[in-house]
Amino acid sequence: MNTNNKIHFFVPDFENQIELPYISSGIKAGFPSPAADFDESKISLDNVLVKNKEATFYAKASGNSMIGAGIDDGDILVIDRSIEPQNNKIAVCFIDGEFTVKRIKIENEDVYLMPENKNYKPIQISEENNLIIWGIVTYVIKKV
Amino acid sequence: MYALVDCNNFYASCERVFQPQYVGKPIVILSNNDGCIISRSDEVKALGIPMGGPEFKVRNELKEKNVQVFSSNYALYGDLSSRVMKILEGFTPNIEVYSIDEAFMNFDGIKIEDFHDYGSQIKCRIMKWLSIPVSIGFAETKALSKVANKIARKFPEKTKGVYIIDTEEKRIKALKWTKIEDVWGIGYRLTKKMKAKNILTAYDFTLPHNENFIKKEMGVVGLRLKYELEGKSVLELEEAPSAKKSIAITRSFDGNITTFNEMKERVSTFATVCAEKLRRQNSCCYGVILYLQKDKFKIEKQRYSFYKLETLSFASNSNITISNLAIKMLKEIFEEGAIYKKAGVIVTEIIPENQKQFHLFEEENPKHQALMKVMDDFHKKTGERKIKLGNQDLHRTWKMKQNHLSNKYTTDFKEILKVKC
Repeated sequence: MNTNNKIHFFVPDFENQIELPYISSGIKAGFPSPAADFDESKISLDNVLVKNKEATFYAKASGNSMIGAGIDDGDILVIDRSIEPQNNKIAVCFIDGEFTVKRIKIENEDVYLMPENKNYKPIQISEENNLIIWGIVTYVIKKV
Repeated sequence: MYALVDCNNFYASCERVFQPQYVGKPIVILSNNDGCIISRSDEVKALGIPMGGPEFKVRNELKEKNVQVFSSNYALYGDLSSRVMKILEGFTPNIEVYSIDEAFMNFDGIKIEDFHDYGSQIKCRIMKWLSIPVSIGFAETKALSKVANKIARKFPEKTKGVYIIDTEEKRIKALKWTKIEDVWGIGYRLTKKMKAKNILTAYDFTLPHNENFIKKEMGVVGLRLKYELEGKSVLELEEAPSAKKSIAITRSFDGNITTFNEMKERVSTFATVCAEKLRRQNSCCYGVILYLQKDKFKIEKQRYSFYKLETLSFASNSNITISNLAIKMLKEIFEEGAIYKKAGVIVTEIIPENQKQFHLFEEENPKHQALMKVMDDFHKKTGERKIKLGNQDLHRTWKMKQNHLSNKYTTDFKEILKVKC
């Protein structure tokens, strides 16, 4: 720049970074779009599937023991850890060193992890089992 | 009322969220490039394996004692940290995120009958939703809440992880228990001075006859700390975190580096990443520091780490400017034939981009800005650093040694938890 013997003026940058809302119907002097008053935000699956963002995690199912409940191999599970485990809820459990998904069944004092496929047996939880009910499955996402 | 919430052994706890088989088992987390131990579970602390030591020195011990080793997984820790902070915001809107695993909370204007109960609720929620154990200390001031937190952490059985300093008696007892080196803001250098003056505990620090000494050594910062420890609140929650004051990119090398050209490539890459980070937070730097470290296990009684600092005459965040300066410094301090283990580029004296002053005589070529924007946009779109400077190796990727890395369970869809069914 020093070799340039003309005076060099720096031009201020008027380009600011504030983004302006884009009014999709345009601004006209005539009639406004009749839909403008009904402008609503777009549908977001995040908002529908995730009630509690901080406590929600995703997992991928692998296996066939829950096909009766609509959980197939490869499906994505939405898990909300803030929901209290209850009888009949489908839960992601950590049992004996492994994550698994099953339906919780509480009968009198006994707790069972129930598969939803005749080829699999219910698991009765005994004192020796190290069971953590990790979270409750709220939605299943599958590719069709 | 203030509270300090601190996650216990945060990185180790994060690893256990998705691998509960390690709950109650000894685990350690290594720094970037699997260099040193940076987080230990309580079980490892009990085994006496030290913090910060290089991994290879304790490798056998780790193996013998069945300690599970993890590479650091900052994608996971960062996500879980932000979830913890969001949960805290559900209890009071006034929180100050103090570090990745700590936050101050303020409860002014919120009616709480029983702080112990409120603290337990916070602790339970974070445990249930995230499986992260925390300790909570409540007190009238920030500095005292730090002290209360230490007590909660140290005596989990008695406190259930929540401790409140709410009487004069408890405050004095707590200060007498707190060693001077554990007081908030008292670092290594000050500890030595304090000890020489027979100030051994936080209580000693507050004694009237030490006031002049503290004023002389620490100025107004020291006096504020004294008032805080006395229960007079003078520090408020800091507002949203300011942009970083310095950015450092340093790496230990997988092998050794002995030639200038190889080192030049690394240094240029580090400088580039610093510049990128500056641009991401819309700031520029004046100072650039180059750091080199020789293999300290191969040298005896000699200096092994080398720093050089230079200041730019104009603030910059251009890859080209920062890289050129770093390489210029490298030329000055690099010794051909020496064995280097580690290097880094650190940028300091950071200012916001829009406060950049025009300089009368020297200015960065304005084309840099445009070029950097093109590079940033391209990298954002492709997710890869494909445009590089001539000094950088086109084929070399930003590869870190991460032999024990767990999945990015929460930030990469391909790596989410797998469950059997």
